[in-house]
Amino acid sequence: MEAQYWWIIGGVLFVLLNTAAGLIWLERRMLALWQDRYGPNRAGPFGILIVLADTLKLFFKEDWIPPFADKVVFVFAPAVVVASVLMAFAVVPFGPGIVVADMNIGVLFFLAMSSLGVYSIVLGGWASNNKYALLGAMRGASQMISYEVFMGLALMGPVILSGTFNLSGIVEAQRGMWYIFPQLLGFVIFFIAGIAETHRLPFDIPEAESELVAGFHSEYSGMKFGMFFIGEYLGITLISSMIVTLYFGGWLGPAFLPGVIWFVLKTFVFIMVFILLRASMPRPRYDQLMEYGWKVLFPLSLLNLLGTAAVKLFIDK
Amino acid sequence: MFSLLRSMWLVFLHMFHKRETYQYPEEKAPLPARWRGRIALTRDPDGGERCVGCYLCAAACPVDCISLQAAEAPDGRRYPGFFRINFSRCIFCGFCEEACPTYAIQLLPDFEMAEYDRQNLVYEKEDLLINSQGKYPGYNYYRVAGMAIAGKDKGEARHEEPPVNVRSLLP
Repeated sequence: MEAQYWWIIGGVLFVLLNTAAGLIWLERRMLALWQDRYGPNRAGPFGILIVLADTLKLFFKEDWIPPFADKVVFVFAPAVVVASVLMAFAVVPFGPGIVVADMNIGVLFFLAMSSLGVYSIVLGGWASNNKYALLGAMRGASQMISYEVFMGLALMGPVILSGTFNLSGIVEAQRGMWYIFPQLLGFVIFFIAGIAETHRLPFDIPEAESELVAGFHSEYSGMKFGMFFIGEYLGITLISSMIVTLYFGGWLGPAFLPGVIWFVLKTFVFIMVFILLRASMPRPRYDQLMEYGWKVLFPLSLLNLLGTAAVKLFIDK
Repeated sequence: MFSLLRSMWLVFLHMFHKRETYQYPEEKAPLPARWRGRIALTRDPDGGERCVGCYLCAAACPVDCISLQAAEAPDGRRYPGFFRINFSRCIFCGFCEEACPTYAIQLLPDFEMAEYDRQNLVYEKEDLLINSQGKYPGYNYYRVAGMAIAGKDKGEARHEEPPVNVRSLLP
């Protein structure tokens, strides 16, 4: 039992970090494909060794801490994003029994960990002592905190339907029907909130390279920047796997493939949607983003919660 | 909202479009015939140098990258003693080509001139001279100009009449 536990932890870490690195290559290739280009195609088969080259380059870059920065916090911030996202993966059920920590409050743990990710942006932007970084950090903080509100509310739909906070339990409850059908609105809200939570395009307002240089990580270089980078791709993977777990039946699928494969395939589809979004969406203005969140998505998620609860009560009676 | 979904769909359809990229080192982009690339010194149909060392190219050059020294052969032809173009300065504007009265200096459709050592970008006359007439085949300066050289006196050039003896016109 003990040995199997370590295997799961090691395997999950190994697969996740490699996925995050591979996503860098995948994203560049897919963006290129959708823009009628080739993308990196020189190093290795289909250019996949570009990941290795990029990583080596990042390691050899000067790891510069600006003299005006708050050194301790500056070093601490990039670690937070990776750590919090990896912690959130602890509760994700990759397959039947393949989960690091099968907590009975899995959904809450996920929300808590993704909230902790805000600290990385705020601290990174604050410690950089740079106006662009600070602006990016402020935007990031308000964006992520306000979108977390109805991310949590949207998550309550599957929780009400399945009657458990345990993610494996939620997957098992979807045997009859995936929650995408009763929870279509909740899925859309969760997906949009997830994009904002990972501050990916079109909601990459904390970075907004056309306005804020590179936003909260303007002053970061070398492997510290790499940590933010990896953290972003891990975030995409996390949100995609949460979408799959909560709305698309997790590891459930026809029996000719093992559950883990189904999970990976479904997650992969949503990662592709994230990349497609980046290829096709313009970035909204900051006030448009906040308005959209509070005036449209927030009431919608409350309505969704109300409706789901009412229907659930009606059926149970 | 629907316009966003539509644009996502349209971008997705680009998956099946042809890619615009030229895979450069293997697949070269077609260059136009008038592409202003590497500068060369051309020869006339008889294989002689066209350049007469008039310095007009060096004067026209906005970045002063051409330097040359005129010399004269025993048969009366002028030629550049040395001719040097510093391609690390050259901006490929083509003014030298426009200034040249003998069509000697010409810009070719070739841009692959990269070097690891900057000094290698300084081309000497033997690097610049090509065994071709370039864009003006059949043109020979000394055959159309009224300049006397060995083997061709005044009045013997193409479309040229013999010089008039002005004293014979006296009343």
